[in-house]
Amino acid sequence: MAEKWVDACAADAVEEEDVIQFNHGGNAYAIYRSPEDQYYATDGLCTHEQVELADGLVMGDIIECPMHNGRFNYKTGEAKGAPVCVNLKTYPVKVEGGRVLIRLD
Amino acid sequence: MYQKRDYSVLGPENQAAVSRGLANAKWYRFPIPRQQMKELMQRRDGPPARDMLLWLVLFLGFAYGGYYFWGTVWCVPFFLCYGVLYGSSTDSRWHECGHGTAFKSQWLNNLVYQIACFMIMREPEIWRWSHTRHHTDTIIVGRDPEIVAMRPPAIFKILLYFFGYPTAFLALKKAAIHATGRLLPDEQTYVPESEWPKVYRTARIWLVIHVLTVATALYLHSWLPLMYVGVLPLMYGTWLSVYFGLTQHVGLAEDVLDHRLCSRTVTMNPVFRFVYWNMNYHVEHHMFPMVPYHALPRLHEIMKNDTPVPCASTIEAYVREIIPALLKQQRDPAFTIRRPLPSGATPYGDIPADGVAVPAE
Repeated sequence: MAEKWVDACAADAVEEEDVIQFNHGGNAYAIYRSPEDQYYATDGLCTHEQVELADGLVMGDIIECPMHNGRFNYKTGEAKGAPVCVNLKTYPVKVEGGRVLIRLD
Repeated sequence: MYQKRDYSVLGPENQAAVSRGLANAKWYRFPIPRQQMKELMQRRDGPPARDMLLWLVLFLGFAYGGYYFWGTVWCVPFFLCYGVLYGSSTDSRWHECGHGTAFKSQWLNNLVYQIACFMIMREPEIWRWSHTRHHTDTIIVGRDPEIVAMRPPAIFKILLYFFGYPTAFLALKKAAIHATGRLLPDEQTYVPESEWPKVYRTARIWLVIHVLTVATALYLHSWLPLMYVGVLPLMYGTWLSVYFGLTQHVGLAEDVLDHRLCSRTVTMNPVFRFVYWNMNYHVEHHMFPMVPYHALPRLHEIMKNDTPVPCASTIEAYVREIIPALLKQQRDPAFTIRRPLPSGATPYGDIPADGVAVPAE
C-alpha cells in the first residue's frame, strides 16, 4: 500500500515543548514539537473521554490531557496511568521544506 | 409538581442525561490565549513543598501538644487543631494531588495523595475515578457520583456530615467489601476493571492499619492511639472540610453545561486558603482543572469579568445563599440560585465560539 503523507502544518507553527491540533478527514490529530526540536504526531483525542489533547500541557516527553490529568508519552503513545488505560495511536512524522507531514496509512 | 429525582448513577436519570446530551458534553469555557494558559498550567514543586513542610511542622506540633497535655483540658485545643489538619486539610491535599497538579513531581503527588486518602478515608482508586466523573459531568443528575445536597435536601443528614457520620463508617464498610475482592455496582460503572485489583490491595492495607491502631490502643489501655489515626480524628476534625465543601455547589443549578451556574467561588482568608489550597476558586477550578492550586488566584484575576462576583466570605455564602437555598428547597426542590454576571460577561445560554452554555431554567 502506498504511503500517504499529509501536510499537517508549518514547522514553526508549533512552539518548542508544545502541541497543536490538526484536523483531517473528519479526524483530529495532535502534532508535537519536543524540547529536542523533534516532531511527533498522535491521535488528537484522549483515549479516556475524547478530550482534545491540543489544549493540554506538554512536559518533556509527556502530553497531559487538559481535563483529567491523563498522561501519555507522545513519542510512543504509552498511557502512563489512571485515568488513561488505553495507549494513544502514534503516526510517523517528517519535516520537509519547513512543513510537518504525517503519514496516515 | 416537582418529580423527586433519582440521583443514583445506576438509575433512569443516567440514561436520561445521556439522551439529553448532558453526559460527557462540551461545557462553556472562558477563552484564554494558549500562551497564557500554558503559563497557568505550569507545575512547580516549590509552593506545595513549602505548604506541606509547614503543614508537617504544624501537624507534628499539635500531635505532640495533644500527647504532652493528655489527661488535662489543655489537650483539647491541640487535638482540635490536629483534627482539622487530619480530617479537613487532607480534603484539599487529596483533591489537588489526585488531579496531579499540586507538585511538578508526580511521585510527590502520588505520595501525598495516598496518605491524604487514608486520613480522609477516601479509597484512592475509587475516589480518583468518582472525581473524574464529577469533573466530566459536574452536578449532572444520574451521572455525577459526588452530588452532596440532593433535592429535596436532607438537612439533618448534611449536619451529620460535619461529624464524619456516616461517612467514616461507610468508608470502613466499603473498604471491608473491597478487601474481600468485590466492588459495589455503582463503582463498577466508573472504575475500569483493570483498576479493581488495586482497589482490593489498598483496602486490605487500610484494614490492617486500622486493626493495628485498635490493637495498639487495647495493648496500651489508652484512647490515645485512636485520637491520632483512623476513624476518630476524621470524625472530630472533618467539620471544616464539610464547611468548605458545601460552598462548592450547594443551591446552584443541576443539569447545566456552564460551570458559572453550578459552581461557586468564595473569597477566603489566608488561613482558610492554606487549609483549602485555594479550592475556594471553584468556578475557575472546574473550568480549567489542570491549573495548579497556586495559580488559581491568577486565573481568577484573568477571568473574573466573565464570572459571578464571588461571595465575600464563607459566612456570606452561607447566610445569603446556602442556608436559604437549602430551606427553600425543602418546600420547592426546583429552587435554584442563579448568580448575576458582571456586565460584559458572556451571558448564560449564549453559544460562544468554543463551547456551549445552557440556561439553568
